[in-house]
Amino acid sequence: MAFYLPVGPQHPIHPEAILLKFKVEGEQVVDVDIDASYVHRGIEKALEYKTYTQGLYLIERICGICNVAHSTCYVINIEELIGKEAPPRAQYLRLILEELARIHSHLLWLGLAAHLIGFESLFMLIFRDRELVMDLIEAMTGNRVVTAYNVIGGVRRDLDDALAHKIREALERVRERTRYYRKVLMEDPTVRARTVDVGYLSTSEARELLAVGPVARASNVKYDVRADDPYIAHDEVPFNVVVYDTCDVWGRVMVRVDEVLEAIDMILYALDHMPSGDFRIKVPPIFRAPPGENVARVEAPRGELLHYVRSDGSDKPYRYKVRTPTLANLMATMQMLKSRGDRVVYVADIPIIFGSIDPCICCTARVLIVDERGRVIETTTDELARMKRW
Amino acid sequence: MGLLARLVRWARGRSPWILFINTGACNACDIEVLAALTPRYDVERFGVLLRGSPRHADILVITGAVSRQVRDRLVRIYEQMPDPKFVVAVGTCAISGGVYDKCYNVYEGVDKVLPVHAYVSGCPVKPEAVIRAIDVLAKKIMRGEV
Repeated sequence: MAFYLPVGPQHPIHPEAILLKFKVEGEQVVDVDIDASYVHRGIEKALEYKTYTQGLYLIERICGICNVAHSTCYVINIEELIGKEAPPRAQYLRLILEELARIHSHLLWLGLAAHLIGFESLFMLIFRDRELVMDLIEAMTGNRVVTAYNVIGGVRRDLDDALAHKIREALERVRERTRYYRKVLMEDPTVRARTVDVGYLSTSEARELLAVGPVARASNVKYDVRADDPYIAHDEVPFNVVVYDTCDVWGRVMVRVDEVLEAIDMILYALDHMPSGDFRIKVPPIFRAPPGENVARVEAPRGELLHYVRSDGSDKPYRYKVRTPTLANLMATMQMLKSRGDRVVYVADIPIIFGSIDPCICCTARVLIVDERGRVIETTTDELARMKRW
Repeated sequence: MGLLARLVRWARGRSPWILFINTGACNACDIEVLAALTPRYDVERFGVLLRGSPRHADILVITGAVSRQVRDRLVRIYEQMPDPKFVVAVGTCAISGGVYDKCYNVYEGVDKVLPVHAYVSGCPVKPEAVIRAIDVLAKKIMRGEV
């Protein structure tokens, strides 16, 4: 006898509004449907009414946690569209900030994962150490979360020796603490009991369902945009793509811990090998882009992030499209949340399995256009772009 | 005013339990509210506790411009909270729509939908500002001004 269990739109496992509709038989989850329409705001449409420079500030507010990934992707996209390139020093500064944001995002997630399995003390400890990284981001950009550091043509501020020294010192401390957490997460029986063999996603499933980021890398898919399609200074700064073959939540935890350690090494390398020169080239605040289209992608903390722009020659984009990593991972999540064969998914594991993709709903929220009889109306990109705002 | 009523008011101001909901924010305010709950800022020293259910909460902390899809659910959550109940709007977009001003799917500000008792400005807000808002609101509750 199956019945339906709604989780959301308001639920303690996730502060953001999302509805997960589970079909359960006893304690076992049989089927799941996800409704991610609650926090849709219409940012892609709003971008068509803003100039390229104004759009930068809106694009950062698609998602507060991965705002650096969004703004990096946007500036690369627009720079390629108008045929300008930021100077080498700016590329390194962008890389340093991107990796700092990755550390902050992964530590945030590790804390939340500890919270989701009921390990409150670990949650509090990780959040205490995350504040060290937040201080660095604040010292570097002037703000803790939404940084507004990347601008079209470079970055907004330079980095001096005193700050470089401060970053080095603080990161040594973060590295020491992260190594300790890695030991805890590898060995602690509580953590292992709640994560090993939970939320299984095989390598072939991860490939078929086009999983990205740490979810794919924990399923032994070696795919990282930083290595496969280097942008900013990633072709000059060496790093290892972290891959685990356990295909479960534990693997996703370990991928993120190891990526924090890799990111620390990358920042220290980038500080040592930073080229001198300008950190910004002059780009007028209002400019017309030549007609054409362009795609840029970056590796956000949650996976591959893709931005598409089409220009009709005016000072505003004709169409801007964002494909975020959580959206790409939703199909894989639905697969993880279903019992199949002898892999049973229990209701108690729902929070950590859903949490294991590091869901970011504000990036993901999408809408369908439905007529009064409930039929879904399909629209093309051109129809969407021509549609009036109200 | 009787002694019992004064005691109740004092107790309310000393343990304002919060429910936290994102109605279309970009997550930046969410993580700053979360940071306010963790050791560096530690809002629990004012008796604030994060609850999962609206039926346990005194203060509804709302981040984000209210989207059209979430509006009815937000009102339902507010109605499930026991009296007396208070609303804190966190972030510029919860105050006026902020950067999402004129987006087709948002109401510009929480006060278009619910009565609001405290506004916290910033994009995103700082954890210190969240602490101050809750502290000021708790003191007002103790004095019986709201």
